[in-house]
Amino acid sequence: MTQPISFSLNGEAVSASLRADTTVLEYLRLHASLRGTKEGCAEGDCGACSVLVRKPGDDRFQPANSCIMLLAQIQGGAVVTVEGLAAQDHALQEAMAENGSSQCGFCTPGIVASLAGLLDQKDQPEESEIHDGLAGNLCRCTGYKPIVEAAQKAARSVHKPLPQVAITPTGEASGDDTSKALHPCALQELFEMRADHPDHVLLAGGTDSALDVAHARSRWPVIINTAAVEDLRGVRVDDEHLIIGGAASWAEVLPHLGDYWPSFAKLVRRFGSVQIRTMGTVAGNIATASPIGDGAPSLIALGARIVLASPASERTLDLEDFFVDYRKTVLREDEIIKAIHVPLPQAGDEFRVYKVSKRYDQDISTVCGAYAFRQVNGTLSNIRVAYGGMAATPLRCPQIENALEGKLLTEAALSAARRAVKETFSPLSDMRGSADYRARVAANLLDRLAADLEGETVEVMAL
Amino acid sequence: MNIHKPIKRASQVIERHVVGKGYAHDSARRHVRGEAIYIDDMPELPGTLHIAPILSTIAHGTITGIDSQQARDADGVKAVLFAADIPGRNEAAPILANEPIFAAGEVLHLGQIIGCVVAQTMAQAIQAAALVRVSYDERPALYDVERAYDADEHTHPTQHLNSGDATKALEESPHRFTGSFTMGGQDHFYLETMVAYAQPGEDDEMLVWSSTQHPTEVQVHVALALGVKNHEVEAKVRRMGGAFGGKESQATIIACIAAVAAKKTGKPCRFRLRRHDDMAATGKRHGFTMRYDAGLDETGRFKGIAIEALANSGHVADLSGPVVTRALTHFDNCYHLPATDFTGFAAKTNTVSNTAFRGFGGPQGMLATEAIIDRIAREMGMDPNALRAVNYYGPDTGEVTPYDQPVEDNRIRDVVDRVMANAQWDKRRAEIDRFNAENRVLKKGLAMMPVKFGISFNLTALNQAGSLVHVYQDGSVHLNHGGTEMGQGLYTKVAQVVADVFGLPLEDVKITASTTDKVPNTSATAASSGSDLNGAAAYNAAKTIRERMVAVAAEHFECRTDEIIFRGGRVMFENQAMTFGALAKQCWFKRVSLSAAGFYATPKIHWDAATMKGRPFFYYTYGASVSEVVIDTLTGENRCLRTDIVQDCGKPLNPTLDLGQIEGAFVQGMGWLTCEELWWDEKGRLRTVGPSTYKIPGSRDVPPAFKVEILDDKPNREETVFRSKAIGEPPLMLAISVWLALRDAVSSLSGGRFAAELDAPATPEAVLFAVDAMKERLERERLGSENAQSFTASGLSGHA
Repeated sequence: MTQPISFSLNGEAVSASLRADTTVLEYLRLHASLRGTKEGCAEGDCGACSVLVRKPGDDRFQPANSCIMLLAQIQGGAVVTVEGLAAQDHALQEAMAENGSSQCGFCTPGIVASLAGLLDQKDQPEESEIHDGLAGNLCRCTGYKPIVEAAQKAARSVHKPLPQVAITPTGEASGDDTSKALHPCALQELFEMRADHPDHVLLAGGTDSALDVAHARSRWPVIINTAAVEDLRGVRVDDEHLIIGGAASWAEVLPHLGDYWPSFAKLVRRFGSVQIRTMGTVAGNIATASPIGDGAPSLIALGARIVLASPASERTLDLEDFFVDYRKTVLREDEIIKAIHVPLPQAGDEFRVYKVSKRYDQDISTVCGAYAFRQVNGTLSNIRVAYGGMAATPLRCPQIENALEGKLLTEAALSAARRAVKETFSPLSDMRGSADYRARVAANLLDRLAADLEGETVEVMAL
Repeated sequence: MNIHKPIKRASQVIERHVVGKGYAHDSARRHVRGEAIYIDDMPELPGTLHIAPILSTIAHGTITGIDSQQARDADGVKAVLFAADIPGRNEAAPILANEPIFAAGEVLHLGQIIGCVVAQTMAQAIQAAALVRVSYDERPALYDVERAYDADEHTHPTQHLNSGDATKALEESPHRFTGSFTMGGQDHFYLETMVAYAQPGEDDEMLVWSSTQHPTEVQVHVALALGVKNHEVEAKVRRMGGAFGGKESQATIIACIAAVAAKKTGKPCRFRLRRHDDMAATGKRHGFTMRYDAGLDETGRFKGIAIEALANSGHVADLSGPVVTRALTHFDNCYHLPATDFTGFAAKTNTVSNTAFRGFGGPQGMLATEAIIDRIAREMGMDPNALRAVNYYGPDTGEVTPYDQPVEDNRIRDVVDRVMANAQWDKRRAEIDRFNAENRVLKKGLAMMPVKFGISFNLTALNQAGSLVHVYQDGSVHLNHGGTEMGQGLYTKVAQVVADVFGLPLEDVKITASTTDKVPNTSATAASSGSDLNGAAAYNAAKTIRERMVAVAAEHFECRTDEIIFRGGRVMFENQAMTFGALAKQCWFKRVSLSAAGFYATPKIHWDAATMKGRPFFYYTYGASVSEVVIDTLTGENRCLRTDIVQDCGKPLNPTLDLGQIEGAFVQGMGWLTCEELWWDEKGRLRTVGPSTYKIPGSRDVPPAFKVEILDDKPNREETVFRSKAIGEPPLMLAISVWLALRDAVSSLSGGRFAAELDAPATPEAVLFAVDAMKERLERERLGSENAQSFTASGLSGHA
């Protein structure tokens, strides 16, 4: 029996007998008559649709893009919209109204949601944290300054807890007869459901796959939501590895990275936006196998291994062997990504990743270069290099590694490595950059690495 | 009329209380609470249908067949409409003609609207639109403006702006420079995409809610498309979610389609473009190629200059004619150019027709001159600012622009001196030079940009506005005017004007949606003129009512009319007073009208389009900026670190709203010149059609030190409303300082001697290529001097 989708909306329990593939934005605007939240792009990039969501099983609210989030994903969770914040007269709203923070006002409700989410988690955010919080929200009128100022002002006020009521999910299928969501709690249950529903879509964060739904190009009769599967949840650290569950979001991973790989943490703060990191999973980023995905180059360079599980067995591969061709992987039809294991750094291990894009925040890499190595008296060893944006898949680059292994970063070694870049890659030209540009940057990033290790300031954002 | 400060006439003392204060935008509280209603937020009337467009999939060709049966059979579909279904004329041209609503027969760009599907839900309409099969006889497409120029493919007659004898001046110039460079276009990226909601009434009546800057044009074209008289159509807009020029002419197409669908189905029809369709099917800022030939004397003064401006008009003219005019009339910027030969060519290409965008050709014209100055100064061994300075229009020299308008209100030196001081130029120039000497990878740049911008529509007829003011018996005021609210705060500013005419607090003046049945025959809210025109029209209407009320009050108090004071919601004579509401009630009792229409036509202006001479602009506005940037010479990544701005606002109506316009326009201009890149593939498909691929500035891109000073020490020399100055567009051009600073950073590799080979936008890729080109030039120079040395050496050995 398919149950209605039940969740908390602005502090009230609601249940919707609607298609499970209805976007939350569509639900808010067309079914709940809450039209404060807007559609600006339907691709999770402008933030006009931002709402606050507490995912089922989670204990905090985070901003998310309602245009690419499905009702299937909030069964048992909670949503707060700009109207819910207005009902409690959120201090941010008054601060923004007073400070000229809106002009046309169309992006404003989404910005209110994002910043209210930030203030819910942080009492006195730094200016850079406000920029992190705004990275997923575009404003075309104000130039942002009055928005940032209003957030600083509002941070000095006391905020009420965000409104919610507890909803106990039934665990049963939810939605309606034409599109339902299944919520397995265990891996075996998930495998059985997959076998029972050959027409299913496996849904983790949905920040990539739900674009098709948001653009009304596809409809999903059966959604199997991985979020509640115990074996896939969470991020943990054992003696040797950081273990990222197959359903763990980037937001869950991020706090673990800073201690081990500050450079990776810095990259992940530029991964999509807060909204995207709330929903998007590490496994999903790998499974889509985009050549410009920002997760893979770092994880390959760090020597990550990927655990693939099927009803019958489990296997573990080096991540670099997972990718076969453009958007093709070795993942078999009955397999899922169970976990990603990243070996923890040993004494002397260093890691640097450089992402080059047209815009610093919330952009997709033109080129991404990741370098893991050990450095003793200037000599590099155990070097692992991976690039994104340079080939049909994220690629580990043995030729470049060979050129640098056991070497000091002299001009001779660098020039050999630059030659190796030229020989390894024949990148494409597209809207993010020409082949020529990609080739130059991929080589130049080696010079950046050398200058960086010498202690020179090498990134414009560092000033 | 003389309204810049309290003034006495027989019966008038209008005091400045509300005007000049920084009131928040009238909708600010609604914005932040999600309570501001945009057209897509309006509740549906019963039976409302939704529209999705059918777009061309090729750039150029003839339509040979359309199979729409599958779409017609799809769930919820009520109609599939094409050109032949338009009851009246298939015409959307704002100025010329033959610019169809639906492509008929031939398609001229990829993404052109061919027809639409009308269905019960938007999702149904989108899915059905994908089922329509259009077959084409494909023809070669033309994308390049220089090729279009060579083939004389244009959308609008070529324009010439000549002054003096440029040929002779160029020949006689001791220093002569020729070259060319290109600048990209820019998508408006208003957050609210194009939307219209058409609601059929009785007989031929049609109410169209349209997210438009130009309700009258919507009214006129909807009437034309439906084949009815103008009085059958009402076009209405309360607010837009951003417009920036993008909704000046092209919103009309969307409104017409909604109205045609409503007419054909008899149902209310809503048409909202999804982002990807909006960016594929609607126009943008014109990209230009500029080819120049400049001659200067020994001191760096321009003697003669010729520029060919090749604008990418796109597939039809739209507003390209006047956009090119504004480019030609802004080449001079702040500089006296004694002999000019400017050619403006609107190239017809197989890309979407470009349109108005904040600045309207002005930014492109100025960018050309500044690029030329930056190059010439370095090649002549001059500081670019020194070359600028010798060419500024003098304050008292009587110099005229190439189009013969005297620069009477010259504040160039005021803004430049001020911004150079605020920015501590000399000190920071030295710091930056030191930084560049000490850093190998990162290099900094610094540049100053002065701006003079002409205010008024070039076409004199457009410089008129109307208003309608009602005073009710409780003393509350209802105001309408012909302007539209797109976020700029126009409604607030005009309400401030009316509040002061009546001596009322701002909250007693209410503005509702702009609509053609209250204020007819309006001009677009554009050309930065919204508050100048509509503020004055509202002022005139309110003053008419006030004069009637003064007469009643004088009778009541038994005093002379010039002894009456309106202040703080009260009407006073000596120690007697009554509320404004009580006086309104008394007027009603005495059968005195409390309603008036106002009108305003900008004085003094005239323009001869044939000779391109006249006084097109009522006045000029001035600003200047200094920006500091840093570039990464390994990747081309770049960032603006600090910007100082000084902007002349006359006596501002509302300094808070003006500040918002300055900051917002600057960041938007910075986007145009840096991260925003339109990219088409070889098939003519725009591949940057959403925010995931088209990158406008984000909050971290705003200069961390961003200091704006509004210069309010001098009232407008001309009699504008309360002596304010326009603000919407001019500050966008201040962002050119960022682009010039990026060039300066690249030049720093040569110690500032060589100009950067950098076009716009200065994406990381463009900056890296400019850096590498500079390195190669320096390498050639080094080799050249080595060769020269070795030649000398061998010569010596030969002697020996």
